[in-house]
Amino acid sequence: MAKELKLMKGNEAIAESAIRAGVDGYFGYPITPQSEVLEHLMIENPVEKTGMVVLQAESETASINMVYAGAACGKKVMTSSSSPGISLMQEGLSYIAGAELPAVVVNVVRGGPGLGTIQPSQADYFQTTKGGGHGDYRLITLAPASVQEMYDFVQLAFDLAFKYRNPAIILSDGMIGQVMEKVVIDDYKPRWTDEYIAKTFPWAAVGKPASRNHNIITSLELDSAKQEQININIQKKYKVCEEKEVRYEMINCEDAEYLFVAYGSSARICQKTIELARAEGIKVGLFRPITLWPFPSKQLKEAAKNVKGILSVEMNAGQMIEDVKLATECRVKAEHFGRYGGMIPDPNEILVALKKQIM
Amino acid sequence: MTEEIIIAGFGGQGVLSMGKILAYSGVMQDKEVSWMPSYGPEMRGGTSNVTVIISDERISSPRINQFDTAIILNQQSMDKFLNTVKPGGLLIYDPNGITEHPTRKDINIYQVPASEEAAKIGIMKLFNMIVLGGFLKIKPIVKPEFIRKGLEKSLPERHHHLIPENEKAIETGKNILKPINVL
Repeated sequence: MAKELKLMKGNEAIAESAIRAGVDGYFGYPITPQSEVLEHLMIENPVEKTGMVVLQAESETASINMVYAGAACGKKVMTSSSSPGISLMQEGLSYIAGAELPAVVVNVVRGGPGLGTIQPSQADYFQTTKGGGHGDYRLITLAPASVQEMYDFVQLAFDLAFKYRNPAIILSDGMIGQVMEKVVIDDYKPRWTDEYIAKTFPWAAVGKPASRNHNIITSLELDSAKQEQININIQKKYKVCEEKEVRYEMINCEDAEYLFVAYGSSARICQKTIELARAEGIKVGLFRPITLWPFPSKQLKEAAKNVKGILSVEMNAGQMIEDVKLATECRVKAEHFGRYGGMIPDPNEILVALKKQIM
Repeated sequence: MTEEIIIAGFGGQGVLSMGKILAYSGVMQDKEVSWMPSYGPEMRGGTSNVTVIISDERISSPRINQFDTAIILNQQSMDKFLNTVKPGGLLIYDPNGITEHPTRKDINIYQVPASEEAAKIGIMKLFNMIVLGGFLKIKPIVKPEFIRKGLEKSLPERHHHLIPENEKAIETGKNILKPINVL
C-alpha cells in the first residue's frame, strides 16, 4: 500500500502511529487535552488489525506500572496522559529508568500547577528534562511541533527507547494535540514475534531457557557499590545519547541578528512572529530544539555566536531559558518571554517582547 | 495564497464541522491546511470557534490573532472577533440574534441570513453549509469539486446520501449574500 494522506488531530496521529508502528500495548486513562489518544485507539480497536492491546487502566499509576511490566517482557508498550496524570506516573518512570527498560510516554501538557487548566502549556519542561521522579535518570524527550511530527515521533521514540533501554517521552501540549493538519501515514508494521524478542533482547523476561540464568528485572540494589556501578553504566549510556541523539531545526537563521529559541507550539507561533518581524526588516530566526533532552547545547552555542540576543519563548514562567543560558554560557544576552496557565502567546506580543527585552 | 479564517458561534451550530469541511476540501486541492478548535470550557456549552488556515505554503502558526476572514454566528463572537479582522479583510455574519451590527468601514462586510433560510428549507442542520456558501461566493479559495470531496471525506459514509442537499445549501448561501460594506 502506498503512503496515505489524512487530516488528523495531533492526538489521533499519536494513536494511529502507535497501531501502525507495531506497538504491542497501550495502557492509559482519559484526561483532557489528550483523551483522543485513547478514544482513537478504542475506535480503531487494533487488536483486530495487529493484535495490539488497548486497555483503559483504573488510574495513571496503574497505567505506568502496566507499561513497566510489558517493557520487562521486551514488548513495545506505551501510555499517554496530561500533566496531572504524568505527575502520578513519576514513580513508575523512575523505576523503569532504574530497571533500564524501554517505554514510550506521551504528555499532552496542560496548564498547572495542580489540576490547573485544560488549555495548552509548556510548564512541564523541568519535570520532563530534569527528573520528575527520584534518582539520577533522564528521559529522552522529543518535542513535536506539528501533527506529522506527533505521528513520526512515536516510531522514533520507540527506536530510541529500545536503543538506550530507557523511557522516551513525547512532550506535546494541548495545541499540537488538538490541531488538525495533514499527515502522511505508513502501512501497518507487524508486531515483533516472541522469537524475535527472545533473540534480540537477551535482558527481556521471556521465560528461562536452560542455557542461561534467570533475567532479573528490578530497580532495587541494596549493595551500594553495585548500585553505584549501575549508576555509572546508566550515565555512560546517557553520555552516548547526548553525543548521538541531539535533534534540532533552524529556521531563517542564515542572516539572523536575533534568535528565538522555542519548541513545540511556541516554535510554531514564533514562525508567525518571524513573518511579522521580517516584514518590518527585523532579522530574526528560530532555533528549535527537537530533543529537549539531550538538549542541543553545542549547536545552540554555535548558532548564538553571530546574534545580538536571544529570546526564549515558552508557555511557562521560564524553564528552558536555564538550558539556553547554560548552552550559551551567558555570552549572549538571553531573556525569557512566556505566557502561562493555559494562555497562548500571540505572534504580535512575542514581537513586542523581542523589541522590548532584546533589541 | 494564504487565507486565515476564524469561524465562531454557538456550540451545536456546526462551526467545527464547517471548518473541517473547508479544511478537508483544501487537502483535496493539495493545499496546506490547519484546523485549530477551541476545545476549552466553551465546547462544554456556550460559544465555540475554530481557526482554519488554507495556504499554498507551509503554515507557520495554527493559532493566530488576526484574520483575513471572520465568519460570525452570534453576538458574543461578534464582540470577541470583530476587531481581529485585518484591515481590508472580510466579515460575514448571520444577522439572526445580532443586536449590535458591525460598523467598521475598513473591512468588507456581508450578511448571510442562513438561519432564516435553513428554517425556510426546514432543515436547520444545513445552516452551516449555507454560511459556507456565502463565504465561498466572496472567496472561492477551494473549487466546488474539491468541496464535494471534502464533504465525502469529513462526513461518515452513512450520511453520504445527504451530500447533494449540502451542495444545494452551499449554492443557496451564494445567492442570499447581502453586501453591507464593500470596499
